[in-house]
Amino acid sequence: MNKEEIEHIRADFPILSEKVYNKDLIYFDNAATTQKPRCVVEKIEYAYFHLNANIHRGVHYLSLKATEAHEAARLTAAEFLHAEKKEEIIFTRGTTESINLVAFSFGEAFCHPGDEVIVSAMEHHSNIVPWQMLCERKGMKLRVIPVNENGELDMVAYSSLLNEKTRIVSVAHVSNVLGTINPVKEIIRIAHEKNIPVLIDGAQAVPHLSVDVRELDADFYVFSGHKIYGPTGIGILYGKEKWLNAIPPYQGGGEMISTVTFEKTTYNELPFKFEAGTPDYVGSTALAEALRYINNIGLDNIAAYENELLHYAEQQLMEIENMHIIGTAKNKCSVLSFLVDGIHPYDIGMLLDKLGIAVRTGHHCAQPIMDMFGIPGTVRASFAFYNTKEEIVRFTEALKKVVNMLK
Amino acid sequence: MTINELQDEIIEQFSQFDDWMDKYALLIDMGNSLEPLENEYKTPQNLIEGCQSRVWLDAQMKDGKIYFRGDSDAVLVKGIVYLLIHVLSGHTPDEILNADLYCIDKIGLREHLSPTRSNGLLSMLKQMKMYALAFKSKQE
Repeated sequence: MNKEEIEHIRADFPILSEKVYNKDLIYFDNAATTQKPRCVVEKIEYAYFHLNANIHRGVHYLSLKATEAHEAARLTAAEFLHAEKKEEIIFTRGTTESINLVAFSFGEAFCHPGDEVIVSAMEHHSNIVPWQMLCERKGMKLRVIPVNENGELDMVAYSSLLNEKTRIVSVAHVSNVLGTINPVKEIIRIAHEKNIPVLIDGAQAVPHLSVDVRELDADFYVFSGHKIYGPTGIGILYGKEKWLNAIPPYQGGGEMISTVTFEKTTYNELPFKFEAGTPDYVGSTALAEALRYINNIGLDNIAAYENELLHYAEQQLMEIENMHIIGTAKNKCSVLSFLVDGIHPYDIGMLLDKLGIAVRTGHHCAQPIMDMFGIPGTVRASFAFYNTKEEIVRFTEALKKVVNMLK
Repeated sequence: MTINELQDEIIEQFSQFDDWMDKYALLIDMGNSLEPLENEYKTPQNLIEGCQSRVWLDAQMKDGKIYFRGDSDAVLVKGIVYLLIHVLSGHTPDEILNADLYCIDKIGLREHLSPTRSNGLLSMLKQMKMYALAFKSKQE
């Protein structure tokens, strides 16, 4: 994408022209959450002003419109992930809830004492803790795929972890700390040889790469709306129909039932079985708008441009003495974690903030991988397609200044 | 000097700067001038675990006054540790318990003490008051 196109895109994101401490904002915390284009926010307003009514129940016009919008959003999400059927798309509150849903419901149906779950050492806490809770509930064991010093999964170790006790594998498509793009297709293929299903945490992947759940043959694929330029509080669980039919509901309530008597309740069919209570039809509608926005720009264009930004930033940062980039996998997304010898990440983050630059510091909700690298945390700059090389130059200059103050 | 006189002095020091970077440079200087805490005092009991940076705090009672020493692995946090110790150390438990730490707010560093920053500083301040309370009840 050329400069003109980027300028055009930046104009869609009003927040990018904010000033912080009287300085132009540079937003490099996109892996935490992304900013919202005008069309997404307008869609939220439109939904509340023009199609607000409770869905699936009402006989009236507005209810029908709201229902249509919610179901159209489901279709958009299904197409976005290249799912076979829209019934395989469940709206949740986000990645965390999606994983909790699978950990609970899959666990109820298929897990027993002594069974094992496999995750990797680079997982976000939200792809660790739900499985730990399952293990505690069922008397199971959590097994962990190790990561090498470049931040890549040890695939040989992975294969040897799979055994007849393994019930499910759950790994990130892209690491939120290291930026590593994991070979998920291979991970799934190896697990499937032993008939073991795989959940892919796509939170950090979908904003950057085109995902085809059928090509990957993923059993479950999850992501959050807010990380892909959509609203907060809405997310997606994709599940193969056979799995979603085979596992019990997660939460009970309205919408997910077929008939209710005090003696027995029968559950609704997919996808409603997993959407208890009034769904976030405004969120789903706005998320669909975000997905269309992304599709219009094109994920291949986005990936190419963000890669350019990543390489440019890596080059720039290497000019700084005692700089260490954490996560040097061959296959990476636009996440740049780093440390400068002798300087605490918190200090760097605080001073950059005062220069108008938003980065994340700390363990990024992935303490195990920090322990593995033997570091307390990192500074993380994560780029989106609305970021520019000029911003990276300003960031590098600011970083040099900050490092000088702190060393 | 009283706690409030010490606070006013610090406010005065920071007020000569308008630019954030100058204020932070002063805070870094303060952090670097903090008397180092020997490793033997960096014990798990003295550790106040924050989400991002670690803070250690040691307290001793001498002649009715409490003397604090502290440290942190982040230098900006160390600067605030310096401020808190500079203001509160060498005072009686009652003075510390009744102290209103307005200087942090006045010099614009309140965000470091906000619970969301999770850098251990808020816990440190609480811990200083807890020490004062503990020493006070020991005295009585």
